[in-house]
Amino acid sequence: MSALLEVDDLRVAYGKVEAVKGISFTVEEGEAVTLIGTNGAGKTTTLHTLSGLLRPAGGSVRFRGEDLAGVPAHRVVALGLAHCPEGRHIFPSLTVEENLFLGAYLRKDAPGIADDLERAYTLFERLRERRAQAAGTLSGGEQQMLAMGRALMCRPALLMLDEPSMGLSPIMMRKIMDTVAELRRTGTTILLVEQNARAALALADRAYVMETGRIVLEGTGTELARAESVRKAYLGED
Amino acid sequence: MTATELTQLLADGLILGSMYGLIAVGYTMVYGILQIINFAHGEIYMLGGFGALFVYAWVPGLRAIPLWAALPVLLVVAVAVSVAAATGAERFAYRPLRGAPRLAPLISAIGLSLFLQQVVFNFFTLPGSSMGVTAPVPFPQFETAPLDLAGVQVSVAGLLTLALAAFGMVALTWFVRRTRTGRAMQATAQDPATARLMGIDTDRIIVIAFAIGAALAAVACVTQGLRLGTVSYNMGFITGLKGFTAAVLGGIGNIQGAMAGGVVLGLAESLASGALPHIDALAMFSGSVWKDVWAFVILIVVLLIRPQGLFGERVADRA
Repeated sequence: MSALLEVDDLRVAYGKVEAVKGISFTVEEGEAVTLIGTNGAGKTTTLHTLSGLLRPAGGSVRFRGEDLAGVPAHRVVALGLAHCPEGRHIFPSLTVEENLFLGAYLRKDAPGIADDLERAYTLFERLRERRAQAAGTLSGGEQQMLAMGRALMCRPALLMLDEPSMGLSPIMMRKIMDTVAELRRTGTTILLVEQNARAALALADRAYVMETGRIVLEGTGTELARAESVRKAYLGED
Repeated sequence: MTATELTQLLADGLILGSMYGLIAVGYTMVYGILQIINFAHGEIYMLGGFGALFVYAWVPGLRAIPLWAALPVLLVVAVAVSVAAATGAERFAYRPLRGAPRLAPLISAIGLSLFLQQVVFNFFTLPGSSMGVTAPVPFPQFETAPLDLAGVQVSVAGLLTLALAAFGMVALTWFVRRTRTGRAMQATAQDPATARLMGIDTDRIIVIAFAIGAALAAVACVTQGLRLGTVSYNMGFITGLKGFTAAVLGGIGNIQGAMAGGVVLGLAESLASGALPHIDALAMFSGSVWKDVWAFVILIVVLLIRPQGLFGERVADRA
């Protein structure tokens, strides 16, 4: 039985600069896995490569047993890999509801889409209130909700979240992380990239620590939260 | 100058301006998505007119029936020729340069523009001449007398221009706002990378944007041919420049703004040639020879006051 996502010796370069220097990791069905690490460790680059926005310089990515080499970004989504990008990237002059419908762009099953729209609104009641509003007028936290709701609209087999708590107030950050935990409980497979290592480790089944393009440590969320090096470097403890 | 004369100038300006608007939409849509100016758009426009002229000259049946009955065929062929040229240009002159410095597609556009002009110049030779046609080529015309609306004369071709421009804008607005592909187009304009994450094939959206702009330009060229009675291989240069001006005037990237910019430009030209002679101090700067000067004066003044164009705020909310 192979994993849902298998990354093997993945290397990604911007010109001559290698940002990801041969990393391997897996995500099993139903798991929440987190990649933590400082700025510039290569976490976002990794996600961009998985979703097809960047081309790898080497190594392989297999998703549901299928090799993603050469698959363009707009086809990767069709395979069930959703990417909720860092910095939200909602479509500002479209309404909240239009943004959500774009998440289901490739789906044809109108009743299923309506169900998932309802699910997104149940998950984030605030979005329901603002459904007809231009997405650019939302607060940062609301935009994050919208970006997550939009990513869920394609009924992903794997949801990749890039820095969902970045730049949010502590209350909003908790709300977002609670929602991630809830999604995980209800069976969504999640690959989470976070700088807020404490929150990420608390909800992840397994975690990988990245440093300058390499995975330097891996283990279960609780193991890593207890590891001395992680506590010093990422949890701000002495 | 009487009220009727003024109304006449406004009517003429509105007709001219709605034709500029149809061209301007093509510049604005391509810019909105790719942030490049398709400077070959004037030639895409010109090719539409020649496409229509070509079927009219070579299919004898078309000349045997009244022009209004042949018109749908002329429009369809014009649109087909322009769309083919524009999508070909996208594929071979612009797509290979995606990601290149911004000057590269601009140079490519200028080259393409000269290439298309010369192809048409060499292709349409007049009988007895081995050279291309430098003189304007006659275009079929309605023989119906202009309509008299309370003293204001409006030609059938003029009315047709207004009707086609209005229909084109309503249809385009509906398409962009209400259809799935239209929303994908808006998404691509606002954030192309994220649009791809939604599963939108942005290359296909870009081709559609080029095609829509070309179709509207082809319609504009047919109406221009019908109104003036001629088309020429280099007609796309100055008219294309006017369409571009209209797009900038309205706020580049904004579709409705492009049409509004076209109308403003058309009215300005019409008033400069017809109304200024009645103002003593400005009379020497008036008449049709000065109309282009005034058109670009308007552009400069508007851009000094509102650099984003008249309706340009929509571009500002690009993330």
